[in-house]
Amino acid sequence: MAEEYAIEMRNITKRFPGIVANDNITLQLKKGEIHALLGENGAGKSTLMSVLFGLYQAEEGSIYKDGKEVHIKDPNDANDLGIGMVHQHFKLVQCFTVLDNIILGVETTKNGILQKDEAKKKIMELSDKYGLSVDPDAKIEDITVGMQQRTEILKMLYRENDILIFDEPTAVLTPGEIDELMEIMKGLAKEGKSILFISHKLNEIMAVADRCTVLRRGKYIGTVEIEKTTKEELSKMMVGRDVKFEVDKKPAEIGETILSVRDMTVASKLHKNNAVKNVSFDVHAGEVLCIAGIDGNGQTELVYGLTGLEPVVSGNINLMGRDITKASIRERSTSGMSHIPEDRQKHGLVLDYSLAYNLILQRYFGDEFSTKGGFLKQGSIKAYADRLIEKYDVRSGRGADTLVRSMSGGNQQKAIIARELDKNPQLLIAVQPTRGLDVGAIEYIHSQLIAQRDAGHAVLLVSLELEEVFSVSDRILVMYEGEIVGEFDPKTTTREELGLYMSGAKRKEVAA
Amino acid sequence: MNTEKEKRTILANDGVQSFLTALLCIVIGLFVGFIVLLIISPQGAWEGIITILKNYFTYPSGPAKMKYFGNTLVKMAPLLLCALSIQFCYKAGLFNIGAAGQYVAGAGASLYGALALGLPWYVDVILAIVAGLVFGGIVGILKAYANVNEVISGIMLNWIGLYTVNMLLTGVKETASPYTVTLASTNESALLPNMGLDKLFTNNKYVTIAIPLAIIVAIVIQIILKKTVFGYELQATGYNKDAAKYSGMKEKKNIILTLMIGGALAGLGASFLYLTGYEQWSVTQSSVPVMGFNGIAATFLGGLDPIGTIFASYFIQHITSGGSYLDKAVYPSQVSDLISAIIIYLCGFVLFFKTVFNKRLNAKKGGEKA
Ligand SMILES: Nc1ncnc2c1ncn2[C@@H]1O[C@H](COP(=O)(O)OP(=O)(O)OP(=O)(O)O)[C@@H](O)[C@H]1O
Ligand SMILES: [Mg+2]
Repeated sequence: MAEEYAIEMRNITKRFPGIVANDNITLQLKKGEIHALLGENGAGKSTLMSVLFGLYQAEEGSIYKDGKEVHIKDPNDANDLGIGMVHQHFKLVQCFTVLDNIILGVETTKNGILQKDEAKKKIMELSDKYGLSVDPDAKIEDITVGMQQRTEILKMLYRENDILIFDEPTAVLTPGEIDELMEIMKGLAKEGKSILFISHKLNEIMAVADRCTVLRRGKYIGTVEIEKTTKEELSKMMVGRDVKFEVDKKPAEIGETILSVRDMTVASKLHKNNAVKNVSFDVHAGEVLCIAGIDGNGQTELVYGLTGLEPVVSGNINLMGRDITKASIRERSTSGMSHIPEDRQKHGLVLDYSLAYNLILQRYFGDEFSTKGGFLKQGSIKAYADRLIEKYDVRSGRGADTLVRSMSGGNQQKAIIARELDKNPQLLIAVQPTRGLDVGAIEYIHSQLIAQRDAGHAVLLVSLELEEVFSVSDRILVMYEGEIVGEFDPKTTTREELGLYMSGAKRKEVAA
Repeated sequence: MNTEKEKRTILANDGVQSFLTALLCIVIGLFVGFIVLLIISPQGAWEGIITILKNYFTYPSGPAKMKYFGNTLVKMAPLLLCALSIQFCYKAGLFNIGAAGQYVAGAGASLYGALALGLPWYVDVILAIVAGLVFGGIVGILKAYANVNEVISGIMLNWIGLYTVNMLLTGVKETASPYTVTLASTNESALLPNMGLDKLFTNNKYVTIAIPLAIIVAIVIQIILKKTVFGYELQATGYNKDAAKYSGMKEKKNIILTLMIGGALAGLGASFLYLTGYEQWSVTQSSVPVMGFNGIAATFLGGLDPIGTIFASYFIQHITSGGSYLDKAVYPSQVSDLISAIIIYLCGFVLFFKTVFNKRLNAKKGGEKA
């Protein structure tokens, strides 16, 4: 009977300082099924998967593979057992190429010489077969988050594992790519592979999973058959209350121009062409302007140019009547610009600093947190951090003193959002702000974005998720290959129409 | 179970871990040193390693012990400052191997001020600081504006510094030897004041205010790192350059400033040795003084913590001085250097051991379920 399960985790308990991340959790993965794992940010999903993958050792409980008890002490053991994992935060070597990262650890050699050509062929085959397009010779540090994700997935497929753990793989993929991934996952399951799939997106779970296990605050809530449940029931199991999926908003009251961009061109790090070409647009007070597009069409560089992370090649940026084209990052930040960055771990956080220190990253130099003599005011920092943690419901093991590295992905994101929103910016630039957040948190963030707009501030939202684009934006610009190829009103356009523009099939002239 | 758990929390504490791993390195270092002594001469090995560990305790009388204890402290002060120099830069993600050269620059500047220009000690100390600061600044500017790796430019400056100083000090060397003339004979005002400390160490005239000053500097560095805005920026840059940039910190300015301070610390360290009169500079030396390099070991052994580094510097100097008491009839004189070098080298592995130690600790947690 036991052999019905490819993997069985029985009564797993894993503690961290100040928190029980997994409290007596049992998870049964049937052979050939897609099993979703659902839970709020910090519920313990990644921890449970890390125990299965040998990154953590559980204090209590046991793991069975095909009915036999196994001891997984490190990822090598996991790999030997055919368990592969795509991590929530990628584990790629930044200065290596895509190809090197995929074959790292399983290189084929002949007489001690790396056989890269064969590996490359196999990768290109996999990449074609599953539609996971990557440039095998590009360096990780130069490619987009989306492509890094695809590299991670290829890495697992390349190792021919038969138990596949996907920790929020879709968080950064485009709608089209997600559909493709869903197909891939179904195909893999049919081939007999067993899949554990973490996602905060209920639609995805409903579309692809056979069963779903729900965790809440470290505890096991239940396992349900997807056929016999609904989105609403799942979210209620997960959060413990009803969740609204629609954003309440009143009509926008457009005010004066806050940000005005003219003919901005930004160079690309990937190729010789410019990533952003002669882009012009305005963002007004009281509106949420959304930049939609498929990942890698210049959105990242557009934001880098606006925030000063990269210099612009040409053009003009004007913030509330002030030319900030050449202004420093700090000047932009202190003159009313907030930035929720695309890559939270690269730009947004100092992982080895405490939560409190991260929460003051944009204002540590002000009078509130530092004395004239250049000393930090530890008391004010602590009090401020406690206030933000409370207000934005950032969950962690040891409050303000928690090392951010040890926090769950969603709570790291919440910390950034708390910091940036609390600056009360005239212009909020938010790139994928709800990436990796649970439905409850998304509901909250969306309402906060709307609150910013209703308070008469401008919001520039860059999102790959059409659902988000439609539910919060007042105006949509579509970016394709570094240019703005269309402007739309979310009330009168459709996903299909946007899709045509996003894929470059159609374009129209846009006046700024 | 409960105490077991408590024990684990204590073991998981960062400070405790640093201390335990440092201890482990010391033990392994001594063991390897012992093996080397065994290979050279089995009979004297045990006695040899004890001699090294005993250092000034070799002397039977209390006053003599104190006097030579003083000597160890005299050399600990410059070592501590070199270690702090490396540590300060390391926290900003910079590896200041150029500390050795900054130390040389400080030595040259202070001795030149004292011997050639006849300036009093406080001016010589400032000269040393400025010289180190300039050396560090050059590395910093090259790094910030030309993206030259600080290790490469640092090593090159080590050699440039050495030969420049040799040339500079040739004018003030003794006629019969390659050593610079003594401060006592040329310019007594250049000697660092004792402030009565010499009395505590059986009239050891080399014991000066340099020793307490070095410890105060360590404390100041600790405060800068832990309590100030500059320390916050510096360590944020060291941990995550991209996030520092995102938050608008001036990366270039901080790199230059950090290396300038690092340089100043190493330069100051040199003046703390040469202005005591304990050592004279040999203008024919063709290798960079090891002080700057030993600083690397001291800073890691000290767990990258300024206060820990005070003790680590003392220990390293203790065995280095202890090595000189080895029986020269049994062991060639280089052996003492070799042994201390081995121990110091192993001390540099603290971080490595710490990682292993943490893994063990994790694995043990897993093993408990059985
Ligand atoms: N290495 C660690 N040290 C200390 N605490 C940790 C560590 N890893 C996770 N935690 C804590 O355990 C809890 C569960 O974290 P986990 O990453 O498993 O959440 P999650 O369900 O994956 O959340 P998310 O959806 O946000 O990714 C969190 O409160 C987190 O702060
Ligand atoms: Mg997670």
